[in-house]
Amino acid sequence: MNKPVKPEDTGAILKVVGTRPIRPDGVEKVTGRAAYGADLHLPGMLIGKIKRSPHAHARIISIDTRKALALPGVKAVMTSADMPDLAAEHYEAGESASNLRDLSANVMARGKVLYHGHAIAAVAATSNAIADQALDLIEIVYETLPHVIDVEEAMAPGAPILHDQMFTAGLGETPTKASNIATKHRLDRGDLAAGFGAADIIVETRYSSAAVHQGYIEPHACVASYAADGQTQVWSSSQGHFVIRGLCAKLLKMRFSDVRVIPAEIGGGFGGKTTVYLEPLALVLSQKSGHPVKMVMTREEVFRATGPTSASVVTVKMGAKLDGTITAAQVDLKFQAGAFAGSPVGAAVMTSLACYDVANFEVTGWDVVTNSPKVAAYRAPGAPNAALGVECAVDELAEKLGIDPMTMREKNAVRNGVRAPYGPVYKNIGYVETLEAIKSHPHMSIPLGPNQGRGIAAGFWFNIGGESTVNVSINEDGTAIVSTGSPDIGGSRASMAMMAAEVLGIGVEQVRPIVADTASIGFSTVTGGSRTTFATGMAVVQAAEKLVADMKRRAAETWGVEIDQVVWQDGAAHCLQAGKAPKGALTLAALAGSAGKTGGPIATVVALNAQGAGPGFGVHVCDVEVDPETGHVTVLRYTAAQDVGKAIHPAYVEGQIQGGVAQGIGWALNEEYVFSTGGIMENAGFLDYRVPVASDLPMIDAVMVEVPNPAHPYGAKGVGEVPIVPPLAALAIAVRHATGVRMHDLPLSPSKIRAAIDAKAG
Amino acid sequence: MSKQRTAAIVNGDPVEFLSDAGQTLLDVLRDELHLTGSKEGCGSGDCGSCSVIVDGRLVCSCLMLAAEVEGCRVQTIEGLSTGSTLHPLQQKFLDHAALQCGFCTPGILMASKALLDANPDPTESEARYWLAGNLCRCTGYDKIIKAVLDAAAELRQDRKSA
Repeated sequence: MNKPVKPEDTGAILKVVGTRPIRPDGVEKVTGRAAYGADLHLPGMLIGKIKRSPHAHARIISIDTRKALALPGVKAVMTSADMPDLAAEHYEAGESASNLRDLSANVMARGKVLYHGHAIAAVAATSNAIADQALDLIEIVYETLPHVIDVEEAMAPGAPILHDQMFTAGLGETPTKASNIATKHRLDRGDLAAGFGAADIIVETRYSSAAVHQGYIEPHACVASYAADGQTQVWSSSQGHFVIRGLCAKLLKMRFSDVRVIPAEIGGGFGGKTTVYLEPLALVLSQKSGHPVKMVMTREEVFRATGPTSASVVTVKMGAKLDGTITAAQVDLKFQAGAFAGSPVGAAVMTSLACYDVANFEVTGWDVVTNSPKVAAYRAPGAPNAALGVECAVDELAEKLGIDPMTMREKNAVRNGVRAPYGPVYKNIGYVETLEAIKSHPHMSIPLGPNQGRGIAAGFWFNIGGESTVNVSINEDGTAIVSTGSPDIGGSRASMAMMAAEVLGIGVEQVRPIVADTASIGFSTVTGGSRTTFATGMAVVQAAEKLVADMKRRAAETWGVEIDQVVWQDGAAHCLQAGKAPKGALTLAALAGSAGKTGGPIATVVALNAQGAGPGFGVHVCDVEVDPETGHVTVLRYTAAQDVGKAIHPAYVEGQIQGGVAQGIGWALNEEYVFSTGGIMENAGFLDYRVPVASDLPMIDAVMVEVPNPAHPYGAKGVGEVPIVPPLAALAIAVRHATGVRMHDLPLSPSKIRAAIDAKAG
Repeated sequence: MSKQRTAAIVNGDPVEFLSDAGQTLLDVLRDELHLTGSKEGCGSGDCGSCSVIVDGRLVCSCLMLAAEVEGCRVQTIEGLSTGSTLHPLQQKFLDHAALQCGFCTPGILMASKALLDANPDPTESEARYWLAGNLCRCTGYDKIIKAVLDAAAELRQDRKSA
């Protein structure tokens, strides 16, 4: 951007940004025509299926695939022996980095199976039924090993060790004994002892949350087609087809140019579709069979082998003066990583105190491997778990001090100029404004009845920028095409079209936004980290601005005037010099129609690494009623305020907030991975893994606070992730005030609440 | 195993198909008739993404055997609009931004149609309970419920003025 436009200066003249047009991909999606990962059918296509481990932890003694391969209709069988043995190389993928050796061993087990459901072999056959039969014919001999799933048990001395070569990093010295603790993270400032010494009151508390799944309704799906010359095409539902390409190429040692990934529509991801599970296997099966191969997970496979996020244990010690000033905080975060290192505990450490201006703190995080599926990113990864502990501790402090919880938060709130606990100095943040939005909301003055309680909690997420490429071209009739490499997971085509239309000065219906495949546009990292409207949007605006400059040049040449005598307004070039433009303004259509005479096609590309993403803050208030007979929690009303910078398409911003809240409510109240003593998930289906349904929820009032981010042309900040951060604590606190008992372990199931009420009653 | 021949009316048109004994209506809609608008989110009747209407009754097509629709009228998302004119439910879902990823949308639209066919003036609570069998993970249901109630109002108005 040459000259960032301050949104407050242009707010009055914005014509498209801030309105609520119908999304350009909407009709396709309400008529059933939009093609998702499982909707593609190619001639000669085979069905690929995966054989999965029946054990939570076992050594693989032998795999015999001969009988499966001999079955008529079976065209290929594969194991990890068909994939390269990789070194431990890190690959950056937007919000998360992958260790390629671990990723390879996750998509296809190598040496050991590390969780129930771990892939161990795959087949491609001419029908579903034959593929199923073939899986049954694969003979595997295991030596079962003791397993561990609970994060604290996995840290304890004597726990079964998953990886013989894992030595805890971050301890200062390398230990000599292998451990399930991959990394110890630490963040501190000030003098902790002095901080606690200055406190009039100290709380020490502990909160835990269970592993939960992202729960996208579309199971993972892809089609891979490997050609004899090594050129392949992959159709895949993902949050980033360039990352799918990169991971496939790296895992299979292929040239990036030989892997063309075509983005299917994506049926939800929430972070869980930023990595690969099926694509490399489908590619190997396609190569071995000489046919295109389609692979689609069942819901059970989605639960057993993808996602979830970390179960966690958070302990907080926090001290404050009688006036509510927090003087010290000590936070310890233990995170389940699943079978391979890489839980989001690092982000949890950095976000845990991000809403609080505390001089003295120490935050410790533990990344712990366990015999459960490798965790994947889930909406503000790590932050909700941390906020559960910290926000509840703040509420405990406020209660002990007799201070209103809102006042407690205002008193200790981070403001512009304060150094964030994770390092940078906050600029242009809207946390105080967001607190104020809740404080003055009518929700706060609604009286509560018996067995009802109100919970307030805050949340933070960094938001990111990152790499995006955008092509904008003007068609011969003056309409525009905007191509991005960012999958549209919740309405981003609309916001891209709107920003282009705003700059070009045309109607949004004249802009056709598309998501281009990896061979049709330059690199763009995942749709994740709440980056797309910010970063890809920035590229769209810059590209449109380049085209406006180009069109002004063309108009100046046509009129024979200097370029500074041309202004662009309402989709047309206007000449400031009298008498030079007898036919009046040159519209986009006129310029496009004569482009051949003024230098050829009107098109441009912008590739950038967007900097300056504005961090996001949310403040939520919820009211619940707890049935003292059953322990059932009814969410009566919910209001979520968030600093969104500037809402490009307010309806989809509200939708992000409402959706994040709903997921947070599910996390707080219902959702959890339940494991048997044998380490098998016992609720791998939507009947027993209970995500919120329509009748569980009230309307969710999304309040958009707009404190613009000057790094974005219209002031946008990321919005998708913040809203899942406060609900866990907000619900736990509301239940506390409804029942008088503090619930420390999520989910807040009726049986747990009943037991706590009974225990309190004695 | 021999396949069974079934004849039915799908979205107003006569169709015939062959299916294995174990093939579900969803399998046949998607794989044989290429009507991929109905989605499989779970295959166990828990998510509602495959919702279709069979002889006026809302069903999860993943729980119904294909052969069971012999002689039945089946309505899927592909038949909800009239030519290029969207059904009021489809239009209201667009107006209210009641979809994000759109994967659950076909099933929710068919379930909503069944609701409004049965109850032209549902309360918010009735709409929420009727749609409790259709999971949406993106929206928190807020805008979906508003769209359904708004479409109901419009359909009532259309009926009055008709």
